[in-house]
Amino acid sequence: MALYSDKVMDHFRNPRNVGVIEDANGIGEVGNAKCGDIMKMYLKIEDDVVKDVKFETFGCGSAIASSSMATELIKGKPLSEVKTLTNKAVAEALDGLPDYKMHCSVLAEEAIQSALEDYNNRSGKAE
Amino acid sequence: MIYADNAATTKMSETARNTMIKLLDEAWGNPSSLYTHGQKAKEILEKAREDVAGVIGAAPREITFTSGGSEADNQAIRTAAELGRQKNKMHIVSSAFEHHAVLHTLNRLKKEGFEVTLVDVHEDGIIIPSEVEAAIREDTCLVTIMYANNEIGTIQPIREIGEICRSKGVIFHTDAVQAVGHIPINVEDDNIDMLSASGHKFHGPKGTGFLYVKKGIRLTNLIEGGAQEKGKRAGTENVAGIAAMAAALTEANGKMEETSSYVTGKRNKLIDGLSKIPHSAINGDSSNRLPGNVNFCFEGIEGESLLLLLDDKGICASSGSACTSGSLDPSHVLLAIGRVHDVAHGSLRLSIDEDITDNDIDYIIENVTEVVEYLRGFSPIWRDLTEGKKKFIL
Repeated sequence: MALYSDKVMDHFRNPRNVGVIEDANGIGEVGNAKCGDIMKMYLKIEDDVVKDVKFETFGCGSAIASSSMATELIKGKPLSEVKTLTNKAVAEALDGLPDYKMHCSVLAEEAIQSALEDYNNRSGKAE
Repeated sequence: MIYADNAATTKMSETARNTMIKLLDEAWGNPSSLYTHGQKAKEILEKAREDVAGVIGAAPREITFTSGGSEADNQAIRTAAELGRQKNKMHIVSSAFEHHAVLHTLNRLKKEGFEVTLVDVHEDGIIIPSEVEAAIREDTCLVTIMYANNEIGTIQPIREIGEICRSKGVIFHTDAVQAVGHIPINVEDDNIDMLSASGHKFHGPKGTGFLYVKKGIRLTNLIEGGAQEKGKRAGTENVAGIAAMAAALTEANGKMEETSSYVTGKRNKLIDGLSKIPHSAINGDSSNRLPGNVNFCFEGIEGESLLLLLDDKGICASSGSACTSGSLDPSHVLLAIGRVHDVAHGSLRLSIDEDITDNDIDYIIENVTEVVEYLRGFSPIWRDLTEGKKKFIL
């Protein structure tokens, strides 16, 4: 059996929404270099909808795939939906991750929530 | 496929493979059996012992066959610890970048009351003999230092360390799993009391290995049972595997000079090529290392993703990143030579053998360069480094 599902490998080899949004209005960075994973999410939110999302990731195959999948799951979605995104949803959409790689999906969830928080802070919508 | 992970395992040589297949058909008897068919297997076993002993300058009776390097390491250390315990000498000297077969055994012994001193391996990955000497105490029962490191390939001053141990009357064991069959070793000249080796690291089969134990040192069993291996390692012998290991070792030893000079040339070419990647660094001394070992850190990227992309290009390699070790910490070897976590995660080990060609080397350099650049392209660390928000380490 291969280490990762075909879906993980697909998102790892061809990551979606890679890069930077210059005029992002919500940016979140989680993880640290010491543990070997850093994810940075850039959100462009308009009318409470994620118009655009991009990511940068330093990490293993499943970290890159989790970032990529997470961006796909939230792109074009209303914030009410984005807020409820869980790491489980990311892992499931990837057809599962090995147990010891589940933390990669957690990082993806945290990166998005952190970017949302940044957006809320900037727009004075802090809850 | 370009196989550049010979430190993990090697492909069996044709000689070893043919020997094994032939013996599986012809000499499957039990060497402990009395009849001719069993005694034929016994003869093959003893010939293999002579051959292995001959290569490292030992006497045949000083060779005990094991299931591999890990078992040999475990048995050697347990043996010295047991002898030490009897004399109330419960201190062991080793180094921080030993193989886990050694380190985990030492950790177990610590729980049993032993004290362990790990000597510094320095930035170049080479131990200084006088520091080993300084670490030896009145109650030291064992010094165990590897011959060559499995990750960064650096070769240790074994002869000098052995000489110190001899003069102090302390047993000296060396885990020579990466060195045997690759560089010249003579247990007499090198002042070695115990030495571990593994068949599959020199084009022999997996599940084979041996422990050299100098005459006069009484082995402690790990496996109790029958009288095989002079009663020191029970279990019916893997005759075909052992003979294939001996064949592989004899072959490797016979062409060692030629192989070594060829592989060293290719290794140096690979090192030169990879050194051109910006913000990279070789791990371990660049010349005092195994002929086939290349190990680099590339700042701003993580090793597992590098390996997966190289695999897509048909290159088999390994890394000391946390994600390849199954823990949050990167390689203990890279940390021991002073690499910080951030860069230790971005390591790549390429271990080549005599099958490698110039074209292969060019292909590896080209693809590693390309993949590192690609991964850096969307690494937030690399962005911080290039934008001056963080300082480059390499």
